[in-house]
Amino acid sequence: MKLRFLLFLALPLLFLSCGPSESPVSRAHLDSILYMGNGTEPQDLDPHVVTGVPESHILMALLEGLVVRHPEGLDPLPGVAETWDISSDGQTYTFNLRSTALWSNGDSVTAHDFVYAWRRMLTPSLGSKYPDMLYDVVNAEKFNKGIIKDFDLVGVKAKDDKTLVVTLENPATYFLGLLAHYTTRPVHKPTIEKFGQIDTIGSQWTRPGNFIGNGPFTLDQWKLNKVLIVKKSENYWDAKSVKLKEIHFFPIDNTSREDLMFRAGQLHVTSTIPPEKVEVYREEYPDNIHIDPYYGTYYYRFNTEKKPFDNKLVRQALSLALDRRQIVDKVSKGGQSPAFSFTPPDPNSYYPPTSLDFNPQKAKELLREAGYEDGTFPSFELLYNTSEGHQKLAQAVQQMWRVNLGINVTLANTDWKVYLSRQSVGDFSVSRAGWIGDYHDPKSFLDMMVTGRGNNQTGWSNSEYDNLLIEAAKSTSRTERYGLLYEAEKILMEELPILPVYTYTRIYMLHESVKGWNPNLLDSHPYQFVSIEK
Amino acid sequence: MLELILKRLGTAIPVLLAVITLTFLMVHSAPGGPFDAEKAVTPEVLAKLNAKYNLDAPLWKQYSDYLLGVMQGDFGPSFRYPSRSVTELIMTGLPITFELAVYAILFALMLGVSAGILGALKPNTAYDYLPMTTAMLGICIPSIILGPSLILTFGIWLELLPVGGWGDMPGDKILPTITLGTAYAAYCARLTRGGMLEVLNQDFIRTARAKGLSEFRVVIVHALRGGLTPVIAFLGPAMAGLLAGSFVVETIFGIPGLGRFYVEAAFNRDYTMILGSSIFFSCLIISFNLLSDVIAASINPKLR
Amino acid sequence: MESNQPSLFREAVGRLTSNRLSLFSCIYISIILVVAIITPFIAPYDYAFQDLDLGPAPPSSEHLLGTDTLGRDLLTRMMYGSRISLMVGFLATTVALVIGVMWGTIAGFVGGKTDAIMMRIVDVLYGIPFIILIILLMVIFGRNLILLFMAIGAVEWLTMARIVRSQVMGLSKQEFILAAEAMGVRKINIIFRHLIPNAIGPVIVYATLTVPQIMLLEAFLSFLGLGVQAPLSSWGILIRDGAVSMEEYWWLLVFPSLTFSLTLFSLNFIGDGLRDALDPRSGP
Repeated sequence: MKLRFLLFLALPLLFLSCGPSESPVSRAHLDSILYMGNGTEPQDLDPHVVTGVPESHILMALLEGLVVRHPEGLDPLPGVAETWDISSDGQTYTFNLRSTALWSNGDSVTAHDFVYAWRRMLTPSLGSKYPDMLYDVVNAEKFNKGIIKDFDLVGVKAKDDKTLVVTLENPATYFLGLLAHYTTRPVHKPTIEKFGQIDTIGSQWTRPGNFIGNGPFTLDQWKLNKVLIVKKSENYWDAKSVKLKEIHFFPIDNTSREDLMFRAGQLHVTSTIPPEKVEVYREEYPDNIHIDPYYGTYYYRFNTEKKPFDNKLVRQALSLALDRRQIVDKVSKGGQSPAFSFTPPDPNSYYPPTSLDFNPQKAKELLREAGYEDGTFPSFELLYNTSEGHQKLAQAVQQMWRVNLGINVTLANTDWKVYLSRQSVGDFSVSRAGWIGDYHDPKSFLDMMVTGRGNNQTGWSNSEYDNLLIEAAKSTSRTERYGLLYEAEKILMEELPILPVYTYTRIYMLHESVKGWNPNLLDSHPYQFVSIEK
Repeated sequence: MLELILKRLGTAIPVLLAVITLTFLMVHSAPGGPFDAEKAVTPEVLAKLNAKYNLDAPLWKQYSDYLLGVMQGDFGPSFRYPSRSVTELIMTGLPITFELAVYAILFALMLGVSAGILGALKPNTAYDYLPMTTAMLGICIPSIILGPSLILTFGIWLELLPVGGWGDMPGDKILPTITLGTAYAAYCARLTRGGMLEVLNQDFIRTARAKGLSEFRVVIVHALRGGLTPVIAFLGPAMAGLLAGSFVVETIFGIPGLGRFYVEAAFNRDYTMILGSSIFFSCLIISFNLLSDVIAASINPKLR
Repeated sequence: MESNQPSLFREAVGRLTSNRLSLFSCIYISIILVVAIITPFIAPYDYAFQDLDLGPAPPSSEHLLGTDTLGRDLLTRMMYGSRISLMVGFLATTVALVIGVMWGTIAGFVGGKTDAIMMRIVDVLYGIPFIILIILLMVIFGRNLILLFMAIGAVEWLTMARIVRSQVMGLSKQEFILAAEAMGVRKINIIFRHLIPNAIGPVIVYATLTVPQIMLLEAFLSFLGLGVQAPLSSWGILIRDGAVSMEEYWWLLVFPSLTFSLTLFSLNFIGDGLRDALDPRSGP
């Protein structure tokens, strides 16, 4: 009898006897499948609806724009457009589309598809969140805001099936870069109209089986919260140079879990690394850990409409009391570099000549000058959304301001939506923020701080700054333009409505068998250049 | 029996109404809306989106529209995943959470009942103290400690089992089941021991033994019936606890169950999804309470 | 009747201390409680003080239990954390106790229609997935300790009310209550002078077992990122932080979870012991 009971007890142990088979990554070079950790579950795959980074990774495989991003971050490469001409005033672009560019069902990709897609994105009733990507196009903004109703007035025309002409309001030297962004890629009109109207959100056209794309891969499976699988497209114009057969995108929003999956051989690429592991991994996996520069800035916003942050001296003092070097070395620990400008500096193009010192002594003097003797500064709240990283940083900053300036800061850790709504109604003193550039140009940062922009959210307004940005937009020469933007950046760093803390890095694990995955500022890795070797 | 079931189903309706109303009021009084995003949307776009999802109607209208929809089995579209309906999301997540909870319960019963019997048969010996103290420890180690420790041990160091997932690789259901089930196994062990001790001292067991029936027969056939009553009564509330606990286990192991959808929906202000899953959770809890009452009543007619 | 309380109490104490594990549990909880109360006077460091240059350091003579990733003394943070965790546990239990005892006594004593309605309400509330609603509440209205007490208390009183009701129903048929009623003692006095003191035994047992459950719930909430406001900490938060870096910095997980689990263990043990002591025939 005892024996039976023991057997009963031992039954659960039988469970344990079956072990896992060979890890997916170890046999990936045979079947050319890339396993990718991809942050959160994609909300949708409609390029005019989604806004997130995970979605952009998938859309890079499924849709191709006029140009594609260079795998090493240089100027864009030809995509659907084989060649293009830019008029001497820099305001008219003529694109000659490839005759071989096809949709995944075999239809030819035409200039009309681009006109349709752009029209869709600008259609007011669709409610796209990214229409400003096209605001450089003549009358695009007016059409999107409902001021004009006739789309023929907007500066995008299909001259014939394979020629697209775009006219711009200003000579936007960065315009080609915008055309690599997923929001400006074409969509397949018959598919969209089969499942809804031009302005339907959330129709079924983005589902496997329905989705018609023109990218190097096609949508194969989409298992909610599990995996999204794309397969190599045979109709892609450059299919012969696409080496991957499949990409599996795993939605993993928990960094520790992603890390475990990488170590168990279930992922080739992770989306991030838990900060506490970075130091160890630098020793243990020097070939796998990647710390790439990234086009993003982590910063704190001041509410300049609220006392005492309406005072420039106060903002400067708080900046001077911030030891950015210690923050990146001891707190964030992800190889970030201290930020001394809003736009992340790029040694190859735009390198703002600004600096922000760490000088507690001077900080105290400024505070005194602003009328706050030692210890009289009112205590205020530092707002951030729930995240280990933000919390750690906020606690370090709290201590820096307390020790260096004697200011008592309380922390307000709120959930994401509360954080957003408090910021948008101005119910905060200082709040944490971060911004990743959508395209490689300082405009994607500096434009945000123009008076009244939706993402300014500091209440700061400076007409000299606004004018410099308008001037810069009119300029046809890159050097002249950067010169004007440097001036704007200097004003920003003198006024400090925002407090840059560090420049982001993209920090991730990459399996050594993955080739063609190069560091670049926009973290773009077009999959047609990626392969898996033994 | 039928009367019991009907009576319970009668109370289910006010429960569901209360849940819907409470949740509805809570989500709509929450700061932040479903369309707030890092890249601030313009007021015009926001107005368009609100109109699309009927969020510009007065609150009472939204409430009555929602109730009408629910009565027709329509839980609305998810705000977070525009191309998916709440029903689709729930139907994807619910079976997984349900499976996890059932495995955890089975694991808990298997381990807990056998340990409890062992303890009751040899009270106040090492056979009793060892499982019972272990059981107590099981209650006291929260899954947020147990889960990561198990993953690290079996997934990374011993490389025996997958580190996460559900139904993707052989053996990936084992660790989540153990993590979720352990505390309940411990409760089951203690309840079984108590129930068995009481029954084993009763006259009919002594009679059975006196009749010379095998000990195995006495224990399994005669004593277990009565001895398990407290365990069965515990299963209903336990299921409620399991569903709540499944959030944590689903997060630790990356299981695409309803628990994670729910917590995520709360963070995303996905109003329809929050309401829809609240309703489903209540339905599950009500049915399990009912089920455990029915089983208890059929095993032990005195309880009717 | 009041005279039987001390003897019951003495007996309970006697039974508890006769068991070595129970004795250990009592001593352990007393120490934890005393330390939590006098923490502000004896804590070796400031709980928020960071030594960023030191970073996470293993236990040493300066930091007995090591430091966390921001270079804060772990022992200090655990001591302050115990205040939050125990406070959540005990205060929420008190809330549940007050509501549950009132509700149960009134229902049991008044009886009839009132009882039926009150207990139907309890039945209905049982069906609501409260834990889930608490999570919703915490997400939406933020890390508010008072809210947390109220919410948890509001869940846990249901069982309490049932226990009290059955006790009171038994008592109210006893002669001394009937006598008091016959003598015209006001109902409110009967409730507070006679019923509640006599029904309190099982309630205290249940309360002892409720405290660890609530502490576990607090740990769950912390795991979801819904714990107390930084730089304050609770055991739940410390365990969560420790679990993330258990491979690199073992001490961050081991010490907080050991203390936490031992506390739960002791509380459960005391609860069990009390139950056995007060009613040897009741469950496990």
